[in-house]
Amino acid sequence: MLQINNLHVSIDDKEILKGIDLDVRAGEVHAIMGPNGSGKSTLASAIAGRDIINITHGEILFRGENLTGMSPEERARKGLFLGFQYPVEIPGVSLVNFMKTAINEQRKFRGQEPITASEFLKFMNEKKKLVGMHTNLANRSVNEGFSGGEKKKNEIFQMAMLEPLLAILDETDSGLDIDAMKIVAGGVNKLRSPENATIIITHYQRLLDYIVPDFVHVLYKGKIVRSSGKELALELEEKGYDWLKETGEEIN
Amino acid sequence: MEKSQDKILSDYTQSDYKFGFVTDIDTDSFAKGLNEDVVRHISEIKQEPAFMLEFRLKSYRHWLTMKMPAWAHLRIPEIDYQNIIYYSAPRQRAKLAGLDQVDPELLRTFERLGIPLEEQKILSGVAVDAVIDSVSVKTTFKETLAELGVIFCSMSEAIREYPDLVKKHLGSVVPYTDNFFATLNSAVFSDGSFCYIPKGVRCPMELSTYFRINAANTGQFERTLLVADDDSYVSYLEGCTAPQRDENQLHAAVVEIVAMDNAEVKYSTVQNWYPGDRNGKGGIYNFVTKRGICKGDNSKISWTQVETGSAITWKYPSCILRGDNTTGEFYSVAITNNYQQADTGTKMIHLGKNSRSTIISKGISAGFGQNSFRSLVKVGKKAVNVRNFTQCDSLLMGDKCGAHTFPYIEVENDTAILEHEATTSKIGEDQIFYCNQRGIDTENAIGLIVNGYAKEVLNKLPMEFAVEAQKLLQISLEGSVG
Repeated sequence: MLQINNLHVSIDDKEILKGIDLDVRAGEVHAIMGPNGSGKSTLASAIAGRDIINITHGEILFRGENLTGMSPEERARKGLFLGFQYPVEIPGVSLVNFMKTAINEQRKFRGQEPITASEFLKFMNEKKKLVGMHTNLANRSVNEGFSGGEKKKNEIFQMAMLEPLLAILDETDSGLDIDAMKIVAGGVNKLRSPENATIIITHYQRLLDYIVPDFVHVLYKGKIVRSSGKELALELEEKGYDWLKETGEEIN
Repeated sequence: MEKSQDKILSDYTQSDYKFGFVTDIDTDSFAKGLNEDVVRHISEIKQEPAFMLEFRLKSYRHWLTMKMPAWAHLRIPEIDYQNIIYYSAPRQRAKLAGLDQVDPELLRTFERLGIPLEEQKILSGVAVDAVIDSVSVKTTFKETLAELGVIFCSMSEAIREYPDLVKKHLGSVVPYTDNFFATLNSAVFSDGSFCYIPKGVRCPMELSTYFRINAANTGQFERTLLVADDDSYVSYLEGCTAPQRDENQLHAAVVEIVAMDNAEVKYSTVQNWYPGDRNGKGGIYNFVTKRGICKGDNSKISWTQVETGSAITWKYPSCILRGDNTTGEFYSVAITNNYQQADTGTKMIHLGKNSRSTIISKGISAGFGQNSFRSLVKVGKKAVNVRNFTQCDSLLMGDKCGAHTFPYIEVENDTAILEHEATTSKIGEDQIFYCNQRGIDTENAIGLIVNGYAKEVLNKLPMEFAVEAQKLLQISLEGSVG
C-alpha cells in the first residue's frame, strides 16, 4: 500500500525528516508515536502532498506509484486521506455541499457519473450514523463554530464518506474527552477492512486502547528509532519519551 | 508560503472573458464629440417632446460648469469627452413591428449572451428589455404585462407614449445637477428601460434589462426609471456585458426608483462589463448613479449587486428613506482582479420615522485589484427610532491587492441605533490545502470558498440568476489564489 524509502524532507531549508523507512500493507494499522517536534505531522504532510514540504532524498510509493510531484488532489482521488490535526474552517460552505463536491471529484476521476441528490443523502445518513454525528452538523458550514470534538468527529465522518484506501489520522485524539475518543475510535474500527490501511499519528498511548495497532513506530528527531508490535505503545506510556532521548542522541 | 503563493498566482492569473466578441452589424453613429448640437440631435432623433430637450439642454449647460469628482479611491486616467461617440444605434429598417424584423445578427448576439429574445424560448417568467449600444432593440412579454397595467418598455418609447409619467418622475430622485456623470447622462442619455407598476399590482415575473456595448469608441448612457405605485411589488434584474477592446469605454448610467406607499422594489444587478486584460489594458469605466426613494410609508427598496466586471467602478446604489417605517437594503459582492479598481458602496438617508436599513458588503480583491467600500448612513433630525446595520467584509487573495473601507455616519437624532461590523480575511493556503486533500482542485476550492463567503448576498438574487452569478464569481477569480 505505502512504501517509504529513505525519506528526507525539509521545510524552509531546515531538514525535518532524516531518512524514514516505512512499509504499510493493506489491512494493517500502524501507529506513529513520538514527542512534540519529532516530525510526525511533517511526515503526514509529505504523504498528503502539502507544498511547503520539500523532499530532498528518497521516495514515497503509494500502491507502487511514486507520489513526488503529484498534486494533493490527485493523491486524494487515488484513495489517500488525511485527517487533520487542526481541521480548517470554511465559512459559508455547508458540509453537505463540501462533501458532495469532494465525492463528485472522486467519481469524475474514476470516470463515474456525479452522484444523485437522493443517493448522496442516503449515503450521508448512513455514514453519519456510523460515526455518531449529529444531524444538524452537516448543514452547518465546514468546521465553523464546531467544538474541538465535533471537528475531529467531522474528520472521521469525511473519511467514512470518501472511503480511502489509506487514511492518515494526525493527532485525531488531541483535545478529545474519553467519550468523544470512543466514538472516533469506534468509527475508525468500523471502517477497518482487509483492503484498506490506517496510519495513526499520536502523542499519547490512550487512543491505542481503543484502536489496536499492528505496528508501533517511534519517531524521534526525524528518524524512526524503534518499530515493534502494539506492546511498544505500553512501554512508552510507562517510561515516557525520556529514555528515547538518550537513545536518540546516540543515533545522532 | 510566499513562494508557493506567488507560484499559484502566476499560474492562474489568466482569466478569459467569454463575452468579449464583437457583433458585425450596421450602426448609425454620430461623429465623436459633444456640444449643444449633439444634445439637440439626440433629442430630435428620438422625436422627444419639448420638455425633454429642455431637460437635456439645462443638464448639458450645467455639466459644462462641473469637474469630474476626484474624491474616490480610484486612479482614473484622463478622459477626453470630445473623443467619445455619444450616439450609436443598430441600423434598422423603418419601425419594428415584430421580432422577425430585428437584424438576425443582433438576435444571435443575444443568443450568445444567453439572452434569447424569442418569447417562447425565454426563461420562464422573465421579461427582457435588451439595450445594445444606445438603443433598446426589443422588449419581451410586453403584452402579457400590459394586461396587468404594468408598463415595461424602452425609455425612448416611454418618453413618447407616457410623457406625463416620465415628466413627473425623471430627475426626481437623481436631479440633473446631482453629479458630474449623472448630469452628463441627463444631457445625452439615449435609451434605457422604463417601468411602471400600477397600484396594487404584484408584477408576476422578473423584469430584466440587458445592456450591451458593441460599437467601438462609444459611450453608453442609459437611463432607467422605475416607478412602483401604492401597494405594488416588482423584482428587477440588470445584466451587462461588452466586447473585449483595447481602449477604455465609458458607461455612465442613471437608475432612479420611486416607491410609493407599501410598495416594494427589488433591484438586482449582475455587472459583467469587460474588465480589461490582465495587464490592465482596456475595459469599461463604469460610473453609475443609482438611487431610489422610499417616498411612501412602509415602502421598501432593496439593491443587490454582483460586480465582477469593469476596469473602474464608481457606483453607490442608495436609498432615501423618506416615508415612515420604510426599509432600505444594500447587498453587494464586488470583485476586483488583475488591475481592476472599484469604489462602491451605498448611502442610506433616513428621513422617515422608524426607517431601517441594512448594508451587507462583501469585497473580494485579487491580483493587483483595489477594492474600496464607501458608505454613508445619515439620520435626519425628525427621523426617530432609526435602525441601521452595516456589515462590511473584505477578502484578500495574494499580497498585491488592496481593500479599503470608508464608512461615514451622520446622525442628527439620538434615538437612532446604528451597528457597524467589519472583517478582513484572506483565503488561506490551509483552506485550499484542506479542499485539495479532499480531492477538490484549487480552482474549485476557490469557487467554493468565495461563494461561501458571498453566500449572504447571492441568496438575495432571484433564483434564475443566482446560479449564473455563482459561476461568474468563480470565472472572475480564475486563478487569483493566495
